[in-house]
Amino acid sequence: MEDEDYQQHSGPQPTQGRRKVNRRSLLRLLGLGALGVAPLPILPSLLRATVGGGLVRSQNEAARAPNGRIRQWTMIIDLRHCDGCQSVGKPPQCTAACIEGHFVPEPMEWIQVFEGQLPGGGTQFIPTPCLQCQNPPCVNVCPVAATFSTPEGTVLIDQDRCIGCRICMAACPYDRRFFNWGTPPVPPEARLADYSPEHQVPARRGTVMKCDFCPDMARTGTLPYCVQGCPNRAIYYGDLEEDIATNGNEIVAASRFLAQNQAYRLKEELGTKPRVYYIPGHGEAVGRDPLTKGRLPTRWPWVERVGGARQWKR
Amino acid sequence: MEEVAAWRTRLEGKVVSAMTHTGRGYLLLVGSLLVVVAWGVFAYTVQLRDGLIVTGLRDRIMWGFYISNFVFVIGISYGGVLMSAVLRLTGAEWRRPITRLAEGTAVAALCVGTLFPIIDLGRPDRFHFVLVHGRWQSPIVWDVIAISTYLVATFLYLFLLMIPDMALLRDRPGQGMSRWRRILYRQLSFGWVGGERQRRTLSQAGTMMAIAIIPIAVTVHTVLAWLFSMNLRENWNSTIFGPFFVAGAVFSGIATIIVIMAVVRKIYHLEDYITQKHFVYLGYLLGIFTLVMIYMNVAEFLTVGYSMVGEAPFHLDQLFKGQFAPLFWFVFLGGFVTPGLLVVMPWTRNIRGIVAAALIVIVAMGVERYYLVVSALRVPQMPYEPSVYTPSWVEFSVVVGAFALVGLLLALFVKVFPVISMWEMGETREAGNAAGGTGR
Repeated sequence: MEDEDYQQHSGPQPTQGRRKVNRRSLLRLLGLGALGVAPLPILPSLLRATVGGGLVRSQNEAARAPNGRIRQWTMIIDLRHCDGCQSVGKPPQCTAACIEGHFVPEPMEWIQVFEGQLPGGGTQFIPTPCLQCQNPPCVNVCPVAATFSTPEGTVLIDQDRCIGCRICMAACPYDRRFFNWGTPPVPPEARLADYSPEHQVPARRGTVMKCDFCPDMARTGTLPYCVQGCPNRAIYYGDLEEDIATNGNEIVAASRFLAQNQAYRLKEELGTKPRVYYIPGHGEAVGRDPLTKGRLPTRWPWVERVGGARQWKR
Repeated sequence: MEEVAAWRTRLEGKVVSAMTHTGRGYLLLVGSLLVVVAWGVFAYTVQLRDGLIVTGLRDRIMWGFYISNFVFVIGISYGGVLMSAVLRLTGAEWRRPITRLAEGTAVAALCVGTLFPIIDLGRPDRFHFVLVHGRWQSPIVWDVIAISTYLVATFLYLFLLMIPDMALLRDRPGQGMSRWRRILYRQLSFGWVGGERQRRTLSQAGTMMAIAIIPIAVTVHTVLAWLFSMNLRENWNSTIFGPFFVAGAVFSGIATIIVIMAVVRKIYHLEDYITQKHFVYLGYLLGIFTLVMIYMNVAEFLTVGYSMVGEAPFHLDQLFKGQFAPLFWFVFLGGFVTPGLLVVMPWTRNIRGIVAAALIVIVAMGVERYYLVVSALRVPQMPYEPSVYTPSWVEFSVVVGAFALVGLLLALFVKVFPVISMWEMGETREAGNAAGGTGR
């Protein structure tokens, strides 16, 4: 039938038979082409189904505010109260608490106290956790979705998914990502830990780690280690949805607290939209002189307890 | 006609005997390459055992020698294919003896080049995750797509234009043709009998592939540059990075072609076929691209250095006066200015001078890729002391081993496939004879 149609409508054939592309073969070609291309969009899901492992996600359900909306975790760091732990004569205690709580391998400092220069020669201390960007460059570039944004506004890493290409470290403008260059030491107590992207214990070799913002603890009403560890109560943790934040001592309305104290975010011009806010200062509220420089170097006491591990430098 | 036939037989004899007769020098070469490759493999097993801790890489400079050589090797190889495609399209007759080796080099270099990102992975055991869990938004996935496209295109281009030669070898009577060769050549000749229609189809397909190669080359190199420029880093995060990488690939590609041309000319005694004139033409092209490279460098650094926004002062300082100054000025003065002078100065505008210029360019482009990758990563992101990075012995060994592997693959290639396109050479001879001239 089709053949007759073809005969009737196609008119005279090219005589040399130079290229025999008639409608029929063209249609067949297109059909085969379509059949060939059709599986492409579902190919990744097919592969996923055979290899196993679905989408990565944080282990637990997102926390909700009393009005039923998902909590938006935030951190407000009041630099007026941060003296780099000069007054207590110890290494920065937020970093120390985080290291003990998460068994952070040496030389990682998931929250790191940088010493920034002030005009006039003084310095300020800037405790820097992962800033939990709302437009995270690291999540954008990850080839395998090992690092991902959560509904709570945090950025997590699944170390069971990470392939160790380190493009997220190249992408992070805040130097907040760390790599397990060797086999990280694992303390006996960490072997029992139930791994989740929200609780990255034990560490795995060849994968990237960073501050996870402790949402698992926040859901149970516990403040993150760094907030607990700060002797000057400089770090507030809270929920932008309920507009509340606390340093463990006092409770503030986050929006008012930010607005009244000229809060800013690091490298605002990059458009990464961090979830961590800073209130400018240099420890003046706890009596620090900006010209008194330096803080004690961070230590990893738990690593010393494990022993025998091969360490690397930053 | 008789003269043509005799010439053709002589050429075929030369090419085929190179494939079937193995001298001591060849065995020595393959042996030493094998030793180097084995050393590289050993170094990689050390890395597999202990992790990337055995490299000089650390958190702040997290990409280094592996990634820069990845870019370098892909650039060299694709530049070669691109040049061979351009020469084919522009009907340059003297391309005929050199395109096969340029394409073979490209395929060998590419097969090895794709290994570098996998070697660089912290978890090579999870490499397949890129296929299973790949995200379209990631520049790494773009790279996987671009490079596999490139791989397919180069393989097609190489084997398509080898079909008549495969048929020639299939039909060649006599000695030295073992059973596996006959089977291989029969398969790869795809029933070629050399009829009018087959010739026309092949010629069309060859032209189509040559045309397709050009946009693929441009996109592959742009995407390769985007692996860096999509990150918010000083120097990387720049719109010029894509065009800059494309220009660099063409630049090193011309140099590769010149070197290959010199090698083929020497080994197969094609002195009367590839003359100094051809080297001078390619030398001029190389000279033009030295200007392009200088122009792009000036355009980038003058714009950034005039405004001095952000971390630009630190970056320009380390590049012009600091840690990377020797590398930068070697590339700028040695890799751009010197070759440019070599190809225009009357007393170096000869085969020796131009091949020397090409060799310098290849080395300089390797160095350029290195400081492009490392210097941007050295710029501090936060208030901390800038890091230092030196490739470790493991990185050096793996990279040298990989280069030896390229050589080894090429050595095997010339044993299995004719290194000069015999049918294309015969074609030009016939055409030249029919026109009553000596060919261009």
